[in-house]
Amino acid sequence: MAEMMYWQAILRAHDEELARDPLVFAMGEDIGVAGGTYKATSGLYAKYGPERVIDTPISENSYTGIGIGAAMLGCRPIVEIMSVNFAWLAMDQLMNNAAKIHYMSGGKIRCPFVMRVPGGTAHQLGAQHSARMEKVFMGISGLRVVTPATPRDAYGLLKSAVRSDDPVVLIEHESMYNLKGEVPDEEFFTPLEGVKVMRPGRDLSIFAYNISVHWALQAAERLAKEGVEAEVIDLRALKPLDRAGIAASVRKTHRALIVEEDEAPVGVGAEVMALINEDAFFELDAAPVRVHAKDVPIPYNRRLEKAAIPNADDVVAAAKKLLGK
Amino acid sequence: MEASDRKRLLREMLFARRFEERCAQAYQEREIGGFLHLYPGQEACAIGVLEKARKGQDYVVTGYRDHIHAIQCGADPKEVMAELYGKETGSSRGRGGSMHIYDVDHHFMGGYALVGGPFPLAAGFAKAIKLRGGDEIAICFLGDGANNQGTFHETMNMASLWKLPVLFVCENNLYGIGTAIERASSEINQYLRVAPYKIAASQVDGQDIDVVMAEAEKAITHVREKREPYFLELMTYRLRGHSMSDSGAYRSKEEVEQWAQRDPIGIYKKRLEAAGIIDAAAFQAMDEEILEQIENEIVRFALESPEPRVEDLERYVYVAEGA
Ligand SMILES: Cc1ncc(C[n+]2csc(CCOP(=O)(O)OP(=O)(O)O)c2C)c(N)n1
Ligand SMILES: [Mg+2]
Repeated sequence: MAEMMYWQAILRAHDEELARDPLVFAMGEDIGVAGGTYKATSGLYAKYGPERVIDTPISENSYTGIGIGAAMLGCRPIVEIMSVNFAWLAMDQLMNNAAKIHYMSGGKIRCPFVMRVPGGTAHQLGAQHSARMEKVFMGISGLRVVTPATPRDAYGLLKSAVRSDDPVVLIEHESMYNLKGEVPDEEFFTPLEGVKVMRPGRDLSIFAYNISVHWALQAAERLAKEGVEAEVIDLRALKPLDRAGIAASVRKTHRALIVEEDEAPVGVGAEVMALINEDAFFELDAAPVRVHAKDVPIPYNRRLEKAAIPNADDVVAAAKKLLGK
Repeated sequence: MEASDRKRLLREMLFARRFEERCAQAYQEREIGGFLHLYPGQEACAIGVLEKARKGQDYVVTGYRDHIHAIQCGADPKEVMAELYGKETGSSRGRGGSMHIYDVDHHFMGGYALVGGPFPLAAGFAKAIKLRGGDEIAICFLGDGANNQGTFHETMNMASLWKLPVLFVCENNLYGIGTAIERASSEINQYLRVAPYKIAASQVDGQDIDVVMAEAEKAITHVREKREPYFLELMTYRLRGHSMSDSGAYRSKEEVEQWAQRDPIGIYKKRLEAAGIIDAAAFQAMDEEILEQIENEIVRFALESPEPRVEDLERYVYVAEGA
């Protein structure tokens, strides 16, 4: 078991898949010669050449479409969009083509396409570089959406995404690329469906994903010192959501808290709450609570930016409120 | 070209015309729903170009006016009609409809509703062909209006930059729905619009199938041998409305009549008559045989086929495990 950073785990998954299958290729802006904005493809251009590690022009919609077209003929492209904010420009190809081709061809054409997108609020990047889009992706039939919280999952989810015959959007985080964690040396695959229990507990369930898993874990640590045993669930797959896994945890703790970095409207928290209502309403001892970003474009100013995004303190406070403490 | 092949081409164009007219009838009878975009007037384009392609091997994609492109690639007209009727036996098992015909076995990779959407897909097929190392090419048929989309410019740039073996065929019928080309495109000669991307291009009459075939042969040879893109503009005209819900208010009767004089079937029929390949009686017999085939084989198949089962509604959202 080696300790490695999030970006190194992504790089390793790329490298193994490129080495294994000549129809795997990577494309995106500055991923080749420059090695990738977050180093996640560094060294691959030299190793696999310009036909398989492709520096694209700044044409998000069309290089996404080129990846989709290649996938329809059996290639397995990994398309990196430099920042999730730019994925809006690729939504036509992603939503109208990748997500729908298998269905509207009556199952006759597969689209094993992977899109990797770093998102989230990093450090004072301003409103057009700090937004998230999971609420958009997870609302689209035909897509799979996964989001790793650890280097281990960054590796395992990308491996599974490349092997999947469905289109997969993999959401990373701009300020998590240097996060360190243990990754097993042998090859492994993280399932594209299902929640992961990060920390078992009995008093409340904290549902989180990607960076908010870390806030939830920090909060759980602090709550434990006050005798509160929080169960931390990494949703990990946002589409399809593991409704059975969510309900199972609620059945155990009878209290639910959802933590997301995004603003609340029409978001992950709203969806998880709806599932809890549908599947485990009578198990609840209190109304579920959301912790989320303020409903504003993310501001530049450091203090305002911090105030817009939730943190572990907010999670602790919400948990106490939920427990009536 | 052999007389028998020329006769076959005439039959294919006539078949396309009758097939589409029968679709219009079925639409009026409410057997076909949704949007329906028909091909009459433009037959020489798809039929002429694909005659020079390797049918069933080269990968073809187009927009929503896709029935004839699919059939010319090798799709069974029965399955195309069944798709329009929304049946389980349809080319997309009734999940696609008129604008989304697929025939993966014959490398017809779909009809798409979003104007300009197929440009990058075609370049992607070419990318896959290149990685796999075959000598097939990708062929993308779209209209003049599609060239005003960003995907046109983005894809031309990358196709040229990366030397992708893709033939772009622009069927310039002078309108995007009701907007005349000079009101939508600052350069009306579409083939000139790819010059900045250093893509070889030409513009020819799309109503004369002999002209189309001659130019398509050059274009396809260019793409296949040089392994780089080519842009072929075919000047054509649709004799019907854009779709079944088109009032036609935007063009004059005289204009339509003038183009009807240049009906691709009329032009070719006259030529074959002059060459002694066909006469009026033989043409009549051919037409009757086509109408009979459409009615008794194709429409009957569509009518008699089963609907998809409602229990299968959620099938095909994802690839099933082990499928
Ligand atoms: C992205 C998008 N915008 C608008 C439409 C509506 N629309 C459908 S066909 C069409 C005209 C397209 O014209 P052209 O490319 O010349 O094709 P033609 O039908 O004339 O062959 C329009 C505007 C659409 N389907 N997709
Ligand atoms: Mg047009």
